[in-house]
Amino acid sequence: MPLIYRFFCRFLAGLLTLFLVGCATIPEGQVRSKADPWEALNRNVYVFNDNLDDYIVRPLTKVYEFAVPEIVRSRFSNVFANVGDVFTAVQQLLQGKPKTALDDLIRVFVNTTIGLGGIFDVATDAGLEKHKEDFGQTFGVWGIPSGPYVVLPILGPSSLRDAFGWVADLNTDILINQIDNVPVRNIVSGVRIVDQRLKYLNASGLLAGVAFDQYSFVRDAYLQRRRFLIYDGEPPLIDDYDAQNNRMQYPGEEKRMR
Amino acid sequence: MFSLSVLKSSALKSSVISPCGRLLIAFVLSFSHFLWPNVQAQTQITTPAQVIDATPDGLIQAIVNDVMTIVKTDKEIQAGNINRVIALVDQKIMPFANLQRTTQLAMGRNWSKATPDQQNQIAAEFKLLLIRTYAGALTQIKDQTVQYRPFKAVLEDTDVVVRTQVLNKGEPIQIDYRLEKTPNGWRVYDINVLGAWLIEAYRNQFNNQISQNGIDGLIKFLQERNRQLSKAK
Repeated sequence: MPLIYRFFCRFLAGLLTLFLVGCATIPEGQVRSKADPWEALNRNVYVFNDNLDDYIVRPLTKVYEFAVPEIVRSRFSNVFANVGDVFTAVQQLLQGKPKTALDDLIRVFVNTTIGLGGIFDVATDAGLEKHKEDFGQTFGVWGIPSGPYVVLPILGPSSLRDAFGWVADLNTDILINQIDNVPVRNIVSGVRIVDQRLKYLNASGLLAGVAFDQYSFVRDAYLQRRRFLIYDGEPPLIDDYDAQNNRMQYPGEEKRMR
Repeated sequence: MFSLSVLKSSALKSSVISPCGRLLIAFVLSFSHFLWPNVQAQTQITTPAQVIDATPDGLIQAIVNDVMTIVKTDKEIQAGNINRVIALVDQKIMPFANLQRTTQLAMGRNWSKATPDQQNQIAAEFKLLLIRTYAGALTQIKDQTVQYRPFKAVLEDTDVVVRTQVLNKGEPIQIDYRLEKTPNGWRVYDINVLGAWLIEAYRNQFNNQISQNGIDGLIKFLQERNRQLSKAK
């Protein structure tokens, strides 16, 4: 077993270096986005992540989808989501939304008791809406601007603020910090990753069709979505599109971010 | 069964009920789910689009209900017949959409650099691209339901947003529609899925293509992309 493990690690390391050799440049004549000063580096990491997904993460996800029946997979999803609700409730409090925090705790309570430890998401069926908050959003609510766009290796699209948020997320993650048995923790983390990836399995093909240039499309969609999440789904609208040309600035943004 | 679902929607939303009360209600309702799993689906109303399209939220509700009903019952669509979906989109959604305006806004000031002929060509190709790529998403509709969020607008408004939520397993998916009033009634010109508005998402895409290859290059690019997409199906 350890030998196979070691071999696998070496194989993985070899593959990873191979991907890094590939080099991406900013397409000539492209308009640079103000939100993305590190575009040249980001594009390289984007290609790396894309390859990692093509050769490792997506195939593993497909194996998981094939090998584990839906009824079992959704139980896993629900348990992860239930644990996530505890974390979200804490974030709601940090964002000054005690009422929503209470709603999320009720979800946890209902799902943990009636939902048998979270394997059934009865709270959603009862009309208790699920939320998802993370430290990046909380920092945003506190007024910290998103900063330059960053593509993180393995993790994907992010921003300077959200990268710090992600470190905080990881350090407070219940499933990582409360499981002391290393193999169990690794398996749980692995299943969690493919469970997440499975939700967007069909999105890869869609992206190739809709985007003129995938890198910038993902970037702009990410930045838009994060802003939307920070405003809990109701960011100020752009009133005059023509006056907005080429600017990543929004009405009301200054007021909120100050 | 019906009264229960009414209690559910009204009681949980009002703030009058104390947290303890809400907890109790949630508890009871969770049990009720085991007994009547389809409470939500049965209270859905379906109305043809022509009847209540006078208000923007009425129009969106009518279109969404119409399309959802057809998609859920049409076996060929469920099996993934894309041409059938495209026909449905053309028939039920396109009459109430203004993609010319969508394209114009996404292109920004580049729009005026194109001749009317080029503008029509770009809008037509862009429309085809959107239909071809997003049609697949419609075949994924199985047991989802759509919830309409409170609509706030005054009578004089000519530009409004209708917010909806698609409920499925886990986190709800927010889908918003932006409409403008035209002499022929309300028309959808922008759509927001998971927080990204279509026009905003395509702004840099158009701008980059044009600055790299010009207006003609953009048209060629779109034609080529559509050719690939139709071949892939």
